[in-house]
Amino acid sequence: MYDIVIIGAGVSGSAAARELSRYEASICVLEKGEDVCSGTSKANSAIVHAGFDAANGSLMAKLNVLGNQMMEQLSKDLDFPFVRNGSLVVCTDESTRAGLNDLYERGVKNGVPDLRIIERDELVEMEPNISDEAVAALYAPTGGIVCPFNLNIAMAENAYDNGVEFRFNTKVNGIRKEAEGFTIFTNNGEVRTRYIVNAAGVCADLIHNMVSENKITITPRRGDYCLLDKTAGTHVSHTVFALPTKMGKGILVSPTVHGNLLIGPTAVDIEDKEGTNTTREGLDEAISKSAITVKNIPMRQVITSFAGLRAHEAGHEFIIEEVKDAPGFIDCAGIESPGLTASPAIGVMVADILQEKMGLVKKENFISTRKGVLNPEDLSLEERNELIKKNPAYGNIICRCEMITEGEILDAIHRPLGARSLDGVKRRTRAGMGRCQAGFCSPRTMEILAREVPGFTMYDVTKSGGGSAIVVGTNKDRI
Amino acid sequence: MIKKELTCIGCPMGCPLTVEMEGSEVKSVTGFTCKRGDVYARKEVTNPTRIVTSTVRVTGSALTHMVSVKTKEDIPKDRIFACVEALKGITVKAPVHIGDVILADVAGTGVDIIATKNA
Amino acid sequence: MKYYDIVVIGGGPAGLAAAASAKRSGADSILILERDKELGGILNQCIHNGFGLHTFKEELTGPEYAGRFIEQVKELEIEYLLNTMVMDISPNKVVTAMNRTEGMFEVQAKAVILAMGCRERSRGALNIPGYRPAGIFSAGTAQRLVNMEGYMPGREVVILGSGDIGLIMARRMTLEGAKVKVVAELMPYSGGLKRNIVQCLDDFGIPLKLSHTVIDIEGKERVEGITLAQVDGKGKPIPGTEEHYTCDTLLLSCGLIPENELSRGIGVEMSPVTSGPLVNESLETSVEGVFACGNVLHVHDLVDFVSEEASAAGKNAVKYIKQLEAGADEAPAKEVKIVPVDGVRYTVPVTLNPEKMDDTLTVRFRVGGVYQNRYVAVYLDDERIYHKKRQIMAPGEMEQVKLEKEKLAKYPDLKTITIKLEEE
Repeated sequence: MYDIVIIGAGVSGSAAARELSRYEASICVLEKGEDVCSGTSKANSAIVHAGFDAANGSLMAKLNVLGNQMMEQLSKDLDFPFVRNGSLVVCTDESTRAGLNDLYERGVKNGVPDLRIIERDELVEMEPNISDEAVAALYAPTGGIVCPFNLNIAMAENAYDNGVEFRFNTKVNGIRKEAEGFTIFTNNGEVRTRYIVNAAGVCADLIHNMVSENKITITPRRGDYCLLDKTAGTHVSHTVFALPTKMGKGILVSPTVHGNLLIGPTAVDIEDKEGTNTTREGLDEAISKSAITVKNIPMRQVITSFAGLRAHEAGHEFIIEEVKDAPGFIDCAGIESPGLTASPAIGVMVADILQEKMGLVKKENFISTRKGVLNPEDLSLEERNELIKKNPAYGNIICRCEMITEGEILDAIHRPLGARSLDGVKRRTRAGMGRCQAGFCSPRTMEILAREVPGFTMYDVTKSGGGSAIVVGTNKDRI
Repeated sequence: MIKKELTCIGCPMGCPLTVEMEGSEVKSVTGFTCKRGDVYARKEVTNPTRIVTSTVRVTGSALTHMVSVKTKEDIPKDRIFACVEALKGITVKAPVHIGDVILADVAGTGVDIIATKNA
Repeated sequence: MKYYDIVVIGGGPAGLAAAASAKRSGADSILILERDKELGGILNQCIHNGFGLHTFKEELTGPEYAGRFIEQVKELEIEYLLNTMVMDISPNKVVTAMNRTEGMFEVQAKAVILAMGCRERSRGALNIPGYRPAGIFSAGTAQRLVNMEGYMPGREVVILGSGDIGLIMARRMTLEGAKVKVVAELMPYSGGLKRNIVQCLDDFGIPLKLSHTVIDIEGKERVEGITLAQVDGKGKPIPGTEEHYTCDTLLLSCGLIPENELSRGIGVEMSPVTSGPLVNESLETSVEGVFACGNVLHVHDLVDFVSEEASAAGKNAVKYIKQLEAGADEAPAKEVKIVPVDGVRYTVPVTLNPEKMDDTLTVRFRVGGVYQNRYVAVYLDDERIYHKKRQIMAPGEMEQVKLEKEKLAKYPDLKTITIKLEEE
């Protein structure tokens, strides 16, 4: 019997796992995907929001501002890319300027530091490619961008290093309340636990509703994005939002921590909790609306498009609390934007709730830091050559677009909770994330996975687990 | 009299060719704009042939475990699949050199399969 | 740091021919840097035949064609490094490369020949909506898996794009036991050779649907099907024309993009039309002593022309070095612009110096549409010096005209050479 089972290994579940791993407790994370970070956490705007958007006094506002404050130190402790590039909310219509002031006021009340409204001249100086229609903007210097994969992966790895168990490909089908704790029914057998944290993202309602009569509904809100090549990565340097109007929230244009340019998301409520398909209309909307705030975006440089699902709860508020009619069951639901930003604070809040309930005691030997996959580009020439001499795999480029070496891919595979799929390698190293979109490196990465993962052959190599095998047979095998 | 429709492969024009045949005898070719079309059509309706290229497994090569092969000459078009079937399951040992015979007289065509790559 | 007369970036068909030609023209030391484990580049996976008719007067497969040039390079004792990635090239021609045995190292070249080839347009660049399951491959990736690794990427295949690689892969997949259901082409014409349409599709009864594209991809884990639709004159899908195909694989053969990240790093000026460097008559880029040839310069359809172009680049690089060493006076810095108009999309080269050109200079170009019975015309300023009917011209087939030094010499004040298509 576990003390705590966390359902979901996205940012919320992984943050909770890491914070709880500070305490003496047996903890297990159940994840239906083949890897951490395989749902909403992998497909979003990768923004660390300043915190002016959420309603005053809301949990969202509180955890957003707190998460933003925590992110910098966390990025150092857990070694993931984070840049405080600042964000701009651009007003392109003088008649809506009042909205900018409202946002400013809300931000100040939320405790967002250093906010100010800037006029067109200053705005153009900061962002030469800003729309000709732009009249003013709210500038939030604390806004940032993060690698969502490595934030998620780092927290999970660190939790693992501190004794948290992870079970992948494990889907929760049912939960039974017991005299003590719960029995969780999964496709991989039953799991007994005293406490449950429900961090199941877009499926958090299904999990919640297994134990509670007070039903909740999480609506997957799909957003389409386009990612542009690094050649377009400096088109803007800040994260540029459009001032929300009655026409909607607008499309953001932002650099990414890896130097690409990201535009999106659209917002369409759907029913399918796995409906991550992009649509023609969605992509067209993202492309056309991005031009409201930023001009001359080189759309020919689009290297991929994707869709993510926000876990939208009708009340548009984070639900982080013990479920009243299911003592010991903690919801961590409705974690939509700014959930990524808030995740470190969400983890602390979940841990605090359980610490108080369970009387958890801090470990003495908590490991607070984690090293990410070594990036040889951070090394000097001498250090790099020293590394290659010791491990020649670091001299062998596999992904030529992102210049990722075999050494980095081996690191991604062999580290705790290591990669088992092409997407797993991609999210940990960026191999396959570049302009050729893995056309060149995928056969090579497949070979490495087949060679390195115990029990793997080429047929076991998948894009992202499950039935996503890449090759299905050998030449002439069906002739 | 039967009519056969073909597309000339001589150039990007791709002239639509019509061949009239009496048994195996070509009575007329129409539709071509240059001599190549006429020649191609007569060959293609009486004795269509193709070079077939494929791969076989190779063991003992540090470089690869597949080696590319081809029919040394054209084989009849209707023997393409027989040729590929004959290659199923063949594994050769390295070293292999360009031009080495991999399989003699493939599928009774009288044509050898030769390696097109060193391994 | 090691010093070389010429460093060739890439050991594919362009790099091999350039190096061989440079050696024969008298370069002392040449180094080819190749990122793959063998020389030959993409030809190693192009196991079909049809290569070399111009160069060797016989039909070879890709590996055989490459093999001939590899032999030449070995006979000429040209140095090469395999498994070596070029990381950076500086404007003063210091090439930084990396491999397993030597780590990161630098070599100084007097001249650099860019021969990095091209890459395929990805699904993302095509912006095809739908899910992102396994089973979507660029045709070249599938070609590598099948021809070099011996693995089947799928059983039931739809191919988008009727360029030659797409057509060739339709036949390859069929002959290895897969079912190719349809080849769809966005344009109203195929970019592939007629011969390939007949011998790769018609021979096997594979339908070719022109003016069609993929508008949806289904399948969350592995491709389960795709939807095709007919497109209008602007390439927009026409509602009501949707057709669903069950398949586990979608191959994309939708164009090639010259791979010029290194060139951009040197600061070479690029053509927005070809996505390759702008070059002069010597195939020299805007950075002195840096030459380009093959698919990194502009995408070719026949490897024979790649070899020819690369040989010229090799020869010209040697000429450049010799002039550099002799400190000889440069030929007068005269620059005549070559301008493509009226149906001609681009030319390679874009400028020429009549003093520096060879006796004959081949100007290669592509047209923007399918044209029948049009004339290719060349104007020296306002005077037409060439006017020749072509029965057919298509975007998929590279065209060329030859300019003669002797002829140009008669026009000392020449400013512009115009190449265009004329109806009569």
